[in-house]
Amino acid sequence: MLEYTPDRRPTGGLRLPAHKEASTAQPIARGFVPGTLILALQQHQGPPTTPVVRRGERVLKGQVVARARALRSAAVHASTSGHVRAIEDRLVPSVHAIHRTRCIVIDADGEDETRPGSGAAWPKDPEEQLEHIRDGGIVGLGGGVFPTAEKLRPHTPCKVLIVNGVECEPYISCDDMLMREAAAEIIDGALIMRDLLAAPECIVAVERDKPQAIEALLEAGRASGDASLKLADIPTVYPTGGERQLVEMLTGEEVPSTHYPSEIGYICQNVGTAYALHRLVRAGEPLLSRVVTVAGEGIARPQNVETPIGTPIGELIEFCGGYVGDVDRLILGGSMMGYALPNDEMPITKGSNCLIAAVRREVRQDFSERFCIRCGNCATACPARLLPQELLRAARDNDHALLDEFGLNDCIECGCCDVICPSHIPLTEVFRNAKFAHARYQRQEVFSAETQQRFKRHEERKRANVQRGKARQDHLRHEVETDEAARQKAIEAAIKRARQRRGNDSDAE
Amino acid sequence: MLIGTVVLAGLALGLCAVLVLTDRLLPAGRDPVAEQVESLLPRIQCAQCGYPGCRPYAEAIAAGDADINRCPPGGEETVRRLADLLGREVPALDTTLGNASMNRVARIDERNCIGCNRCVPVCPVDAVVGVQQTIHAVIAAHCTGCELCLAHCPVDCIDLVSRDA
Ligand code: SF4
Ligand code: SF4
Ligand code: SF4
Ligand code: SF4
Repeated sequence: MLEYTPDRRPTGGLRLPAHKEASTAQPIARGFVPGTLILALQQHQGPPTTPVVRRGERVLKGQVVARARALRSAAVHASTSGHVRAIEDRLVPSVHAIHRTRCIVIDADGEDETRPGSGAAWPKDPEEQLEHIRDGGIVGLGGGVFPTAEKLRPHTPCKVLIVNGVECEPYISCDDMLMREAAAEIIDGALIMRDLLAAPECIVAVERDKPQAIEALLEAGRASGDASLKLADIPTVYPTGGERQLVEMLTGEEVPSTHYPSEIGYICQNVGTAYALHRLVRAGEPLLSRVVTVAGEGIARPQNVETPIGTPIGELIEFCGGYVGDVDRLILGGSMMGYALPNDEMPITKGSNCLIAAVRREVRQDFSERFCIRCGNCATACPARLLPQELLRAARDNDHALLDEFGLNDCIECGCCDVICPSHIPLTEVFRNAKFAHARYQRQEVFSAETQQRFKRHEERKRANVQRGKARQDHLRHEVETDEAARQKAIEAAIKRARQRRGNDSDAE
Repeated sequence: MLIGTVVLAGLALGLCAVLVLTDRLLPAGRDPVAEQVESLLPRIQCAQCGYPGCRPYAEAIAAGDADINRCPPGGEETVRRLADLLGREVPALDTTLGNASMNRVARIDERNCIGCNRCVPVCPVDAVVGVQQTIHAVIAAHCTGCELCLAHCPVDCIDLVSRDA
């Protein structure tokens, strides 16, 4: 396995304090079994799954509780054994916001009894393999939660498979720990993906500040003896782990904002996803758990935990020794792109990578916003090459045409501009909200334009109809006025029509 | 002095001729201001502004004959954008004109429709489908909620419902 250093420098971005020491000081804690499971039917980007269990039913670990009916979907499994308490709507944290969505709630019986047999074997046919991945419930574990089967279906020939182990956001260390402890499994999963995509090259990208992970991966890569594997060590700059940023960093190609990286031949997969795929293919085990980083100074024992999907956040924190000190805020996700949770009753989903219980001094307290002094710091820091200060003005003016022009939809909400702004302007929050309004505006614009076209056609048809009627009338009048024979014929026809009508009427009586 | 006068007078005359010619030769009816105004209107053709459609209203605004607060479906937002474009004060929306909203669509109650076909020609965007003697229906994705069909139904079986319902 070849190790190399890309010779490009990242665009924008920031060097941030890592806050990862505490959670990487001990190995991943395994064997945690929660008392309750809250399994959302929709934990992926795509249509929700359909429940296949009933209230009161006993379910075993590894059993499918909700089936994927659509292509862009992924099944949900019971991650421990127990009884179905209810199927009801609950608040569930997804990647960007909290949603109310249907959930299967299971009371675990503590026996953690596994479904007998190791599940279906890995099929030979590629189409069946994708179906197997969908039924195995595997989605992108880096946070995107896009169904993995769909992402591995090559629409455009894949030039490079990029296995993303960059994990650049502060506090998060679940991928780092997994790479240290399960490098061989990750490499195996990556090779399975590479075969599915028929990719000629596979690059594993890791940030330079993770020497142990790099060492472990190199060793595993060498052991596999595969010549298509490469390991790229990436400078430690946030947010190089973003898909678009990573592709540009590794290949020099900028992903156009109208395209996904996959459409120009680059597929990115998270290391956790590769690990999950390895488990599915080699051990027949569907996606039942994921590694979650529990961090922050408000946690008694910060660490990485192999957490069953659906575990209530409170139980996970209890497992890590509970809260200590004056916890100011509970954050799901990293310190840059995560968001604060209102309580700890919501579940860990397939997309939850990190939980931070932050004490007062970890959280920025000065929220007094000042005027923009047009220092330009935000534009220097923006990895998407935007002008946040201009976007801010357009967003606050609700000027949608201008928002389009300055590329609001290219903002990846990384938070760099926000952190660097000397005037404490909550830029990222403004953009996040503006995107909702902007989407509505764009839909409205499309509708208005279509409506205008329909109206135009309607009017044209009306005009044409009137003209056709008039032309016919003119023609008849002209004939009748100029030609005596035609005149007689018209009169006779009219009399005949009238008689006929009268005859019909008397028949009817 | 004399040369200067002649040159300037010549220039003035020449430019005058250019102006007169462009005015005569360029196609009439493409009022750029009206076009811009129209692009800010919702273009759903509901006629609640008192004009037969968005274009006529836009022309009236451009000609200075109509106030900019007469479009109910556009709401405050449209008034503000129009004021921005024309550099005027923002007047309050005239709420007496109607309450068409972009969030509602017409729905025909099929139990009562007698298939008279009167609603079809009055729909400005051809969103009602049906032929004589059959039950009619509204294509929700095309309907703008302009309310124009409501008054034409003899059995009063068209209602406005929320777009998402
Ligand atoms: S960093 Fe803040 S103050 Fe500086 S230009 Fe950007 S928005 Fe303005
Ligand atoms: S949040 Fe958006 S605008 Fe701000 S730096 Fe990140 S990508 Fe750029
Ligand atoms: S009131 Fe109706 S017809 Fe008039 S401008 Fe607004 S949408 Fe167009
Ligand atoms: S006007 Fe009313 S009754 Fe007549 S076709 Fe339309 S909906 Fe049916």
